[in-house]
Amino acid sequence: MSFVPGQPVTAVVERIEIQKLSQGPNLVLGFCIGGGIDQDPGQNPFSDDKADKGIYVTRVSPGGPADVAGLKIGDKIMQVNGWDMTVVTHDQARKKLTKKNEHVVRLLVTRKTLEEAVKQSMSRPGPS
Amino acid sequence: MNSSLSDSSLQDRRDRHRSKSRDSSSRGDKSVTIQTPGEPLLDAESTRGDDRDDNWGETTTVVTGTSEHSISNEDLTRATKDLEDSTPLQCKRFIGPVLGGCLSFFALITPLAFLILPQVLWRDDLEVCGTPCEGLYVSLAFKLLVLLISSWALFLRPPRATLPRFFVFRCLLMVLVFLFVASYWLFYGVRVLEPRERDYRGIVEYAASLVDALLFIQYLALVLLEVRHLQPAFCLKVVRSADGASKFYNVGHLSIQRAAVWVLDRYYSDFPVYNPALLNLPKSILSKKITGFKVYSLDENTTNNSTGQSRAMIAAAARRRDNSHNEYYYEEAEMERRIRKRKARLVVAVEEAFTHIKRLHKDEATSSPKHPREEMDPREAAQAIFAPMARAMQKYLRTTRQQAFHSMESIISHLQFCITHNMTPKAFLERYLTPGPTMQYQQQNGGGRQWTLVSEEPVTSALRQGLVFSLRRLDFSLVVTVTPLPFLRLGEEFIDPKSHKFVMRLQSETSV
Repeated sequence: MSFVPGQPVTAVVERIEIQKLSQGPNLVLGFCIGGGIDQDPGQNPFSDDKADKGIYVTRVSPGGPADVAGLKIGDKIMQVNGWDMTVVTHDQARKKLTKKNEHVVRLLVTRKTLEEAVKQSMSRPGPS
Repeated sequence: MNSSLSDSSLQDRRDRHRSKSRDSSSRGDKSVTIQTPGEPLLDAESTRGDDRDDNWGETTTVVTGTSEHSISNEDLTRATKDLEDSTPLQCKRFIGPVLGGCLSFFALITPLAFLILPQVLWRDDLEVCGTPCEGLYVSLAFKLLVLLISSWALFLRPPRATLPRFFVFRCLLMVLVFLFVASYWLFYGVRVLEPRERDYRGIVEYAASLVDALLFIQYLALVLLEVRHLQPAFCLKVVRSADGASKFYNVGHLSIQRAAVWVLDRYYSDFPVYNPALLNLPKSILSKKITGFKVYSLDENTTNNSTGQSRAMIAAAARRRDNSHNEYYYEEAEMERRIRKRKARLVVAVEEAFTHIKRLHKDEATSSPKHPREEMDPREAAQAIFAPMARAMQKYLRTTRQQAFHSMESIISHLQFCITHNMTPKAFLERYLTPGPTMQYQQQNGGGRQWTLVSEEPVTSALRQGLVFSLRRLDFSLVVTVTPLPFLRLGEEFIDPKSHKFVMRLQSETSV
């Protein structure tokens, strides 16, 4: 996850599709988010760059829909159903995730291990 | 018209009232009729003229209460009120202070008498008393001086009210002083005068002890009469029964009658003046009342249940659709608009009138002989500029129902006062634009105002929670409710000035 000011952000992302679970009147996804452009980025334990104001996954409830779909703690969410999550406030992010009439959310998430995996596969001599 | 103004008998007054009303409304902008002082600007009937407006000649009928030679009810009440307000000084109100004065004079003379009597009666037998006596003389003199000055400062004031019952503390103190001085005299008579005591120093010391005791009694008087009621303990709510004007006051521990005097002191300067003309809803609104449901009982063997009938009628009336609130609202709005319009005209007229005169400074006195200026004193200047604003003023006063409070004479003298003190037109008008406190309208006479204290408890008992008493005057009363002030529990919290620190908000976590 490199961020050079003035350049477009590039990242290796994984696509995760979560089915919302209905608990009573609510639809839950089973994880917690933190971060946003209105929050203090220095408090974020998961980010490398302490100036990164993106949305991060802070907790995943075990056995919940997010866990089943493969979301890991510390992931940074880049997009939700096509909506950008890198420059949003905390509340906007929450709203995009908890829309009542959507039962599926498709996230693009990134984590450090993804980049490393891609680097390793690039440095290894590929199949010819 | 003008010739009839010179008489001032009661009979002609009514003629003058009515002729004057038509006169001033039609001729107000051309001439000014100067009247004898004390005459109201408009007649007494206009206080009842709710339905009278500018076009009185062409629209509604005007209800007048007087005929040529009868006396209206309002004239009667006004006459009695004037009579009562200007009662001559009553002797009763001076008995208390005179008695107290005599007693204190007697008490002050006593030490001197104790000293002088032996000298006069058996001078030769007395032992010579040198320096110690002289020291005692000095201290005695100074203490007497202090007593004299403090008595003058504290107690020699004209009384401001006569209370219905005895003022308990004052009576107590007077009795105490009397007993004290009497017992000292008794002792003196038996032990000193009879056996012709020779020890003069002892006598001087005895007189000095009397003066000390008098000083202490004066301290007691100070505390009981002046200081004890200063610390606030109760909150009094005073409501005027006629129009609901109310105020809250904090008082200390007082008896009911003293609290009543206290409240009345504040009433005269805090409450807006009572204007009986402002009270009633226009009759046109209130007159559409129940035309009446007739209730017939068809049962032969029921008794005539009148309460049942009236209850049925009231219930039926309550269910009817009553639109009088609508009319009241529009009437109010109309009245507001009218007052504002008249006020605007008045303000403009007064401003213009004030531009007609200017103050002559001493160095301008010798102006060029070609344009001799007529110098006027304030009274003449006031009369000169009163004419252009008279009509607007009269109309405004009539619209706000204040015409009974301001006679033309009083307006001219107020104008003279404002001119003398360099006031602006706005300062001149403040007296008329808002109804001031009752003090503003009082004529200074020595008679005093008569108030009746109505209370269920004896009036010398102390104030306590839940007490209600009322002060009644002829046509309204002040109802006073007593509540104790709450007990305050004040806590302490110390904040270290270094403890004011701020951080950015923590990352908030939301579960989705």
